[in-house]
Amino acid sequence: MNITSAQYIAPEGVNDSIKATIDGTEMSVPLDPANRHYAEILRQVAAGTLTIADAD
Amino acid sequence: MSKAAELAALIGSQTALSNRNMISNGAKVIDQRNAGASVSGDGQFPVDRWKASKVGAGAFSMQQSSTAPSNFNHSVVCTVTTADTSIAASDEYSYRHFVEGFNFSHAKWGTSSAYPVTLSFWVRSSVTGTYAVGFRNNAGNRTNPSTYTISSANTWEYKTITVAGDTTGTWEGASNSTGVGVIFSLGAGSNFQGTANTWNASGTWSTASATQWISNSGATFYITGIQLELGETATPFEHRSFGDELARCQRYYQASDGTGNLLFFSGHVDSGATYFAQTKLTVVMRAAPTVTVGTELGKDGFAGAPSVSWQATQSIRSSNTANANSNQGYYFFRYEADAEL
Repeated sequence: MNITSAQYIAPEGVNDSIKATIDGTEMSVPLDPANRHYAEILRQVAAGTLTIADAD
Repeated sequence: MSKAAELAALIGSQTALSNRNMISNGAKVIDQRNAGASVSGDGQFPVDRWKASKVGAGAFSMQQSSTAPSNFNHSVVCTVTTADTSIAASDEYSYRHFVEGFNFSHAKWGTSSAYPVTLSFWVRSSVTGTYAVGFRNNAGNRTNPSTYTISSANTWEYKTITVAGDTTGTWEGASNSTGVGVIFSLGAGSNFQGTANTWNASGTWSTASATQWISNSGATFYITGIQLELGETATPFEHRSFGDELARCQRYYQASDGTGNLLFFSGHVDSGATYFAQTKLTVVMRAAPTVTVGTELGKDGFAGAPSVSWQATQSIRSSNTANANSNQGYYFFRYEADAEL
Protein backbone atom coordinates (compact mmCIF):
# COMPACT_ATOMS: atom_id res chain seq x y z
CA MET A 1 0.00 0.00 0.00
CA ASN A 2 1.73 3.16 -1.22
CA ILE A 3 0.51 6.19 0.75
CA THR A 4 1.95 9.43 -0.57
CA SER A 5 -0.06 12.01 1.40
CA ALA A 6 -2.42 12.23 4.36
CA GLN A 7 -4.31 15.15 5.84
CA TYR A 8 -7.07 15.33 8.42
CA ILE A 9 -10.52 16.50 7.30
CA ALA A 10 -12.38 18.59 9.88
CA PRO A 11 -15.28 20.47 8.31
CA GLU A 12 -16.81 21.12 11.72
CA GLY A 13 -13.54 21.78 13.53
CA VAL A 14 -13.07 18.20 14.75
CA ASN A 15 -11.00 15.61 12.88
CA ASP A 16 -13.54 13.31 11.20
CA SER A 17 -11.43 11.47 8.64
CA ILE A 18 -8.20 11.59 6.65
CA LYS A 19 -7.84 12.59 3.02
CA ALA A 20 -5.10 10.31 1.73
CA THR A 21 -3.57 9.44 -1.61
CA ILE A 22 -3.22 5.66 -1.69
CA ASP A 23 -1.78 3.86 -4.70
CA GLY A 24 -2.32 7.05 -6.70
CA THR A 25 -6.00 7.53 -5.80
CA GLU A 26 -7.37 10.12 -3.38
CA MET A 27 -9.52 8.52 -0.70
CA SER A 28 -11.31 9.50 2.48
CA VAL A 29 -10.17 7.20 5.27
CA PRO A 30 -12.24 6.95 8.48
CA LEU A 31 -10.63 7.05 11.91
CA ASP A 32 -11.57 3.42 12.53
CA PRO A 33 -8.77 1.04 13.57
CA ALA A 34 -10.68 -1.81 11.91
CA ASN A 35 -10.35 -0.05 8.55
CA ARG A 36 -7.35 -1.51 6.71
CA HIS A 37 -6.30 1.82 5.22
CA TYR A 38 -6.39 3.61 8.57
CA ALA A 39 -4.50 0.72 10.17
CA GLU A 40 -1.81 1.07 7.51
CA ILE A 41 -1.66 4.85 8.00
CA LEU A 42 -1.16 4.33 11.73
CA ARG A 43 1.53 1.74 11.03
CA GLN A 44 3.42 4.07 8.72
CA VAL A 45 3.09 6.99 11.12
CA ALA A 46 4.50 4.82 13.92
CA ALA A 47 7.33 3.77 11.62
CA GLY A 48 8.12 7.40 10.93
CA THR A 49 7.53 7.12 7.19
CA LEU A 50 4.30 9.12 7.05
CA THR A 51 2.99 12.29 8.66
CA ILE A 52 -0.67 13.29 8.82
CA ALA A 53 -1.00 16.99 8.09
CA ASP A 54 -3.41 19.14 10.09
CA ALA A 55 -6.78 20.00 8.58
CA ASP A 56 -7.06 23.19 6.56
CA MET B 1 -29.55 -46.55 5.50
CA SER B 2 -32.44 -44.11 5.53
CA LYS B 3 -32.40 -41.02 3.35
CA ALA B 4 -32.06 -38.89 6.48
CA ALA B 5 -29.07 -40.92 7.61
CA GLU B 6 -27.51 -40.68 4.15
CA LEU B 7 -27.93 -36.93 4.22
CA ALA B 8 -26.45 -36.70 7.70
CA ALA B 9 -23.49 -38.78 6.59
CA LEU B 10 -23.06 -36.59 3.53
CA ILE B 11 -22.93 -33.30 5.33
CA GLY B 12 -20.90 -34.60 8.25
CA SER B 13 -21.59 -34.46 11.93
CA GLN B 14 -20.03 -31.06 12.65
CA THR B 15 -21.60 -28.83 10.04
CA ALA B 16 -24.97 -27.50 8.99
CA LEU B 17 -27.48 -27.95 6.20
CA SER B 18 -27.22 -24.31 5.12
CA ASN B 19 -24.73 -21.51 5.51
CA ARG B 20 -22.01 -24.15 5.59
CA ASN B 21 -19.66 -22.24 3.34
CA MET B 22 -17.68 -19.65 5.27
CA ILE B 23 -16.19 -18.34 2.00
CA SER B 24 -17.84 -15.42 0.21
CA ASN B 25 -18.06 -15.39 -3.57
CA GLY B 26 -16.46 -18.81 -3.88
CA ALA B 27 -18.17 -19.30 -7.25
CA LYS B 28 -16.80 -15.97 -8.53
CA VAL B 29 -20.20 -14.60 -9.54
CA ILE B 30 -19.84 -11.10 -8.05
CA ASP B 31 -17.48 -8.55 -9.61
CA GLN B 32 -18.63 -5.09 -8.57
CA ARG B 33 -15.29 -3.38 -9.18
CA ASN B 34 -14.36 -4.50 -12.67
CA ALA B 35 -17.49 -5.92 -14.38
CA GLY B 36 -15.32 -8.69 -15.79
CA ALA B 37 -12.36 -6.56 -16.85
CA SER B 38 -8.81 -7.71 -16.22
CA VAL B 39 -6.74 -6.31 -13.34
CA SER B 40 -3.21 -6.85 -12.14
CA GLY B 41 -1.02 -5.79 -9.28
CA ASP B 42 -0.65 -6.23 -5.57
CA GLY B 43 -3.87 -5.79 -3.59
CA GLN B 44 -6.16 -5.83 -6.63
CA PHE B 45 -9.52 -7.64 -6.54
CA PRO B 46 -10.40 -9.54 -9.75
CA VAL B 47 -13.78 -10.37 -8.19
CA ASP B 48 -15.31 -9.39 -4.87
CA ARG B 49 -13.68 -10.64 -1.68
CA TRP B 50 -10.68 -12.20 -3.48
CA LYS B 51 -7.45 -10.33 -3.98
CA ALA B 52 -3.94 -10.76 -5.23
CA SER B 53 -0.72 -10.42 -3.35
CA LYS B 54 2.41 -9.74 -5.36
CA VAL B 55 5.88 -9.05 -4.02
CA GLY B 56 8.61 -9.56 -6.60
CA ALA B 57 9.57 -8.84 -10.20
CA GLY B 58 6.97 -11.16 -11.69
CA ALA B 59 3.44 -10.14 -12.61
CA PHE B 60 0.12 -11.79 -13.35
CA SER B 61 -3.25 -10.59 -14.53
CA MET B 62 -6.56 -11.73 -13.04
CA GLN B 63 -10.05 -11.73 -14.47
CA GLN B 64 -13.48 -13.20 -13.98
CA SER B 65 -13.89 -15.93 -16.58
CA SER B 66 -16.78 -17.88 -18.05
CA THR B 67 -14.58 -20.95 -18.26
CA ALA B 68 -15.90 -23.16 -15.50
CA PRO B 69 -16.58 -26.75 -14.55
CA SER B 70 -20.07 -28.13 -14.90
CA ASN B 71 -22.48 -26.73 -12.31
CA PHE B 72 -20.60 -23.39 -12.29
CA ASN B 73 -20.76 -20.36 -14.56
CA HIS B 74 -17.67 -18.46 -13.54
CA SER B 75 -14.11 -18.79 -12.37
CA VAL B 76 -11.17 -16.46 -11.94
CA VAL B 77 -8.26 -16.92 -14.28
CA CYS B 78 -4.76 -15.77 -13.36
CA THR B 79 -2.24 -15.44 -16.20
CA VAL B 80 1.50 -14.89 -15.89
CA THR B 81 2.38 -11.68 -17.77
CA THR B 82 5.95 -11.37 -16.46
CA ALA B 83 7.63 -14.56 -15.31
CA ASP B 84 9.78 -14.52 -12.20
CA THR B 85 12.42 -17.17 -12.84
CA SER B 86 14.59 -16.12 -9.93
CA ILE B 87 12.32 -15.95 -6.90
CA ALA B 88 14.01 -14.25 -3.98
CA ALA B 89 13.42 -15.33 -0.39
CA SER B 90 11.06 -12.43 0.24
CA ASP B 91 9.09 -12.77 -3.03
CA GLU B 92 5.51 -13.94 -2.81
CA TYR B 93 2.62 -14.34 -5.26
CA SER B 94 -0.80 -15.51 -4.20
CA TYR B 95 -4.56 -15.37 -4.57
CA ARG B 96 -6.25 -14.95 -1.21
CA HIS B 97 -9.43 -14.56 0.81
CA PHE B 98 -10.02 -13.47 4.39
CA VAL B 99 -12.98 -14.75 6.36
CA GLU B 100 -14.32 -12.33 8.97
CA GLY B 101 -14.03 -13.47 12.57
CA PHE B 102 -17.78 -13.33 13.11
CA ASN B 103 -18.12 -15.98 10.39
CA PHE B 104 -15.31 -18.24 11.61
CA SER B 105 -15.34 -18.03 15.40
CA HIS B 106 -17.47 -21.17 15.73
CA ALA B 107 -14.41 -23.15 14.57
CA LYS B 108 -12.94 -22.31 18.00
CA TRP B 109 -9.37 -22.04 16.71
CA GLY B 110 -6.89 -20.99 19.34
CA THR B 111 -8.68 -23.13 21.93
CA SER B 112 -8.49 -26.76 22.99
CA SER B 113 -11.88 -27.24 21.32
CA ALA B 114 -10.64 -26.29 17.83
CA TYR B 115 -12.60 -28.01 15.07
CA PRO B 116 -11.12 -29.27 11.83
CA VAL B 117 -12.20 -27.56 8.62
CA THR B 118 -12.38 -28.78 5.06
CA LEU B 119 -11.56 -26.70 2.00
CA SER B 120 -12.83 -27.82 -1.39
CA PHE B 121 -12.42 -26.20 -4.80
CA TRP B 122 -12.17 -26.69 -8.54
CA VAL B 123 -8.84 -25.82 -10.14
CA ARG B 124 -7.29 -25.96 -13.59
CA SER B 125 -3.83 -24.90 -14.73
CA SER B 126 -1.54 -25.11 -17.73
CA VAL B 127 1.23 -26.08 -15.29
CA THR B 128 0.95 -29.46 -13.56
CA GLY B 129 2.57 -30.30 -10.26
CA THR B 130 2.26 -29.80 -6.53
CA TYR B 131 0.61 -26.59 -5.35
CA ALA B 132 0.21 -25.11 -1.89
CA VAL B 133 -2.71 -23.47 -0.12
CA GLY B 134 -2.22 -22.09 3.36
CA PHE B 135 -4.36 -21.05 6.31
CA ARG B 136 -3.29 -18.14 8.51
CA ASN B 137 -4.44 -16.13 11.49
CA ASN B 138 -4.94 -12.36 11.50
CA ALA B 139 -1.41 -11.60 12.65
CA GLY B 140 0.12 -13.98 10.13
CA ASN B 141 2.15 -15.76 12.81
CA ARG B 142 0.17 -19.01 12.73
CA THR B 143 0.09 -20.73 9.34
CA ASN B 144 -0.59 -24.21 8.04
CA PRO B 145 0.29 -24.96 4.41
CA SER B 146 -1.32 -27.90 2.66
CA THR B 147 -0.50 -29.25 -0.77
CA TYR B 148 -2.58 -30.56 -3.65
CA THR B 149 -1.62 -31.91 -7.04
CA ILE B 150 -2.74 -30.75 -10.46
CA SER B 151 -2.31 -33.90 -12.50
CA SER B 152 -3.45 -32.94 -16.00
CA ALA B 153 -2.76 -29.67 -17.78
CA ASN B 154 -5.74 -27.49 -18.71
CA THR B 155 -8.26 -29.84 -17.10
CA TRP B 156 -10.67 -29.06 -14.28
CA GLU B 157 -9.87 -31.06 -11.15
CA TYR B 158 -11.76 -31.14 -7.84
CA LYS B 159 -9.65 -30.93 -4.67
CA THR B 160 -10.43 -31.31 -0.99
CA ILE B 161 -8.15 -30.52 1.93
CA THR B 162 -8.91 -31.08 5.61
CA VAL B 163 -6.96 -29.13 8.21
CA ALA B 164 -6.80 -29.81 11.93
CA GLY B 165 -7.90 -26.84 13.99
CA ASP B 166 -5.15 -24.85 15.66
CA THR B 167 -5.38 -25.33 19.41
CA THR B 168 -2.83 -22.64 20.21
CA GLY B 169 -1.86 -19.23 18.90
CA THR B 170 -3.97 -16.08 18.85
CA TRP B 171 -7.11 -16.21 16.72
CA GLU B 172 -9.50 -13.30 16.58
CA GLY B 173 -12.72 -15.03 17.57
CA ALA B 174 -16.07 -13.29 17.12
CA SER B 175 -14.97 -9.91 15.81
CA ASN B 176 -14.85 -7.97 12.57
CA SER B 177 -11.14 -8.72 12.13
CA THR B 178 -9.77 -11.57 10.06
CA GLY B 179 -10.95 -14.93 11.40
CA VAL B 180 -8.88 -16.98 8.99
CA GLY B 181 -7.04 -16.30 5.75
CA VAL B 182 -7.02 -18.81 2.90
CA ILE B 183 -4.03 -18.26 0.60
CA PHE B 184 -3.51 -20.07 -2.70
CA SER B 185 0.19 -19.77 -3.42
CA LEU B 186 1.28 -19.09 -6.99
CA GLY B 187 4.94 -18.72 -6.12
CA ALA B 188 6.81 -18.17 -2.89
CA GLY B 189 10.34 -17.56 -1.72
CA SER B 190 11.93 -19.43 1.14
CA ASN B 191 10.63 -16.93 3.72
CA PHE B 192 7.11 -18.23 3.03
CA GLN B 193 7.90 -21.95 2.91
CA GLY B 194 6.93 -24.01 5.95
CA THR B 195 6.23 -27.59 6.91
CA ALA B 196 3.12 -28.99 5.27
CA ASN B 197 0.12 -30.07 7.34
CA THR B 198 1.62 -28.55 10.45
CA TRP B 199 0.85 -25.40 12.38
CA ASN B 200 3.90 -23.20 11.98
CA ALA B 201 4.51 -20.18 14.24
CA SER B 202 5.47 -18.10 11.21
CA GLY B 203 4.07 -16.59 8.00
CA THR B 204 4.62 -19.67 5.86
CA TRP B 205 1.64 -20.53 3.68
CA SER B 206 3.59 -22.40 1.03
CA THR B 207 6.09 -25.24 0.99
CA ALA B 208 9.48 -25.92 -0.59
CA SER B 209 7.92 -28.60 -2.78
CA ALA B 210 5.28 -26.32 -4.29
CA THR B 211 5.30 -25.42 -7.97
CA GLN B 212 6.54 -21.91 -8.73
CA TRP B 213 3.71 -21.19 -11.14
CA ILE B 214 4.83 -17.56 -11.54
CA SER B 215 8.06 -18.76 -13.20
CA ASN B 216 6.16 -19.91 -16.31
CA SER B 217 5.49 -17.17 -18.85
CA GLY B 218 1.90 -17.25 -20.08
CA ALA B 219 0.85 -19.89 -17.56
CA THR B 220 -2.81 -19.93 -16.54
CA PHE B 221 -4.48 -20.84 -13.24
CA TYR B 222 -8.27 -21.06 -13.01
CA ILE B 223 -10.14 -21.55 -9.75
CA THR B 224 -13.78 -21.60 -8.61
CA GLY B 225 -16.24 -23.41 -6.36
CA ILE B 226 -14.24 -22.65 -3.25
CA GLN B 227 -15.90 -23.83 -0.06
CA LEU B 228 -14.63 -23.82 3.53
CA GLU B 229 -16.73 -25.69 6.04
CA LEU B 230 -16.55 -27.10 9.51
CA GLY B 231 -15.69 -30.78 9.84
CA GLU B 232 -13.74 -33.37 7.93
CA THR B 233 -16.15 -33.89 5.04
CA ALA B 234 -16.35 -31.86 1.86
CA THR B 235 -20.00 -31.45 0.91
CA PRO B 236 -21.35 -30.29 -2.47
CA PHE B 237 -20.78 -26.60 -3.14
CA GLU B 238 -23.43 -24.43 -1.53
CA HIS B 239 -24.74 -22.21 -4.33
CA ARG B 240 -26.38 -19.09 -2.95
CA SER B 241 -28.81 -16.78 -4.69
CA PHE B 242 -27.19 -13.90 -6.57
CA GLY B 243 -28.85 -11.38 -4.25
CA ASP B 244 -27.62 -13.17 -1.16
CA GLU B 245 -24.06 -13.37 -2.43
CA LEU B 246 -24.11 -9.72 -3.55
CA ALA B 247 -25.30 -8.56 -0.12
CA ARG B 248 -22.58 -10.58 1.55
CA CYS B 249 -19.97 -8.94 -0.68
CA GLN B 250 -21.40 -5.46 -0.09
CA ARG B 251 -20.51 -5.77 3.58
CA TYR B 252 -16.93 -5.30 2.35
CA TYR B 253 -17.31 -3.21 -0.81
CA GLN B 254 -20.15 -1.30 -2.40
CA ALA B 255 -20.47 1.42 -4.99
CA SER B 256 -23.24 3.74 -6.06
CA ASP B 257 -24.60 3.00 -9.51
CA GLY B 258 -25.41 5.36 -12.33
CA THR B 259 -29.07 5.94 -11.52
CA GLY B 260 -29.47 5.76 -7.79
CA ASN B 261 -27.85 5.61 -4.40
CA LEU B 262 -25.80 8.69 -5.23
CA LEU B 263 -24.66 11.08 -2.57
CA PHE B 264 -26.85 14.09 -3.23
CA PHE B 265 -27.30 17.60 -1.83
CA SER B 266 -29.89 20.16 -2.97
CA GLY B 267 -31.05 23.46 -1.49
CA HIS B 268 -30.44 27.16 -1.14
CA VAL B 269 -26.75 27.92 -0.71
CA ASP B 270 -24.82 31.02 0.30
CA SER B 271 -21.34 31.64 -0.98
CA GLY B 272 -18.67 30.66 1.53
CA ALA B 273 -20.94 28.38 3.60
CA THR B 274 -20.30 24.66 3.94
CA TYR B 275 -23.11 22.19 3.28
CA PHE B 276 -23.50 18.52 4.11
CA ALA B 277 -25.32 15.55 2.62
CA GLN B 278 -25.63 12.06 4.06
CA THR B 279 -26.65 8.77 2.52
CA LYS B 280 -27.38 5.38 3.99
CA LEU B 281 -25.23 2.53 2.73
CA THR B 282 -26.79 -0.42 0.94
CA VAL B 283 -25.92 -2.89 3.70
CA VAL B 284 -24.15 -2.45 7.03
CA MET B 285 -20.44 -2.65 6.34
CA ARG B 286 -17.82 -4.58 8.29
CA ALA B 287 -16.12 -1.37 9.45
CA ALA B 288 -16.33 2.30 8.62
CA PRO B 289 -15.36 2.30 4.94
CA THR B 290 -12.71 4.14 3.02
CA VAL B 291 -14.59 6.20 0.44
CA THR B 292 -13.41 7.21 -2.99
CA VAL B 293 -15.29 10.04 -4.64
CA GLY B 294 -16.08 8.87 -8.14
CA THR B 295 -17.54 10.70 -11.06
CA GLU B 296 -18.96 14.13 -10.25
CA LEU B 297 -22.28 14.15 -12.04
CA GLY B 298 -23.29 17.74 -11.54
CA LYS B 299 -23.21 20.84 -9.34
CA ASP B 300 -24.48 24.40 -9.09
CA GLY B 301 -23.29 26.92 -6.55
CA PHE B 302 -20.16 24.91 -5.84
CA ALA B 303 -16.79 25.26 -7.56
CA GLY B 304 -14.91 22.25 -6.27
CA ALA B 305 -15.67 18.59 -5.88
CA PRO B 306 -17.24 17.54 -2.58
CA SER B 307 -15.25 15.54 -0.08
CA VAL B 308 -16.46 12.70 2.10
CA SER B 309 -15.82 14.03 5.56
CA TRP B 310 -17.32 11.34 7.78
CA GLN B 311 -18.22 7.68 7.45
CA ALA B 312 -19.59 4.89 9.61
CA THR B 313 -20.71 1.33 9.01
CA GLN B 314 -24.21 2.38 7.97
CA SER B 315 -23.83 5.79 6.33
CA ILE B 316 -21.43 8.31 4.87
CA ARG B 317 -21.49 12.11 4.77
CA SER B 318 -20.09 14.54 2.25
CA SER B 319 -19.41 18.23 2.54
CA ASN B 320 -18.80 21.04 0.09
CA THR B 321 -18.35 24.79 0.32
CA ALA B 322 -20.48 27.00 -1.91
CA ASN B 323 -18.75 29.63 -4.03
CA ALA B 324 -21.93 31.43 -5.14
CA ASN B 325 -25.39 32.30 -3.89
CA SER B 326 -28.03 30.08 -5.45
CA ASN B 327 -31.62 29.15 -4.70
CA GLN B 328 -31.09 25.88 -6.53
CA GLY B 329 -27.67 24.83 -5.37
CA TYR B 330 -26.83 21.16 -5.66
CA TYR B 331 -24.10 18.60 -6.08
CA PHE B 332 -24.16 14.87 -6.56
CA PHE B 333 -21.59 12.23 -7.33
CA ARG B 334 -20.81 8.55 -7.39
CA TYR B 335 -18.76 6.89 -4.70
CA GLU B 336 -17.08 3.64 -3.76
CA ALA B 337 -16.97 2.39 -0.16
CA ASP B 338 -14.34 -0.16 0.87
CA ALA B 339 -14.29 -2.01 4.20
CA GLU B 340 -12.31 -5.04 3.04
CA LEU B 341 -10.20 -7.08 5.39
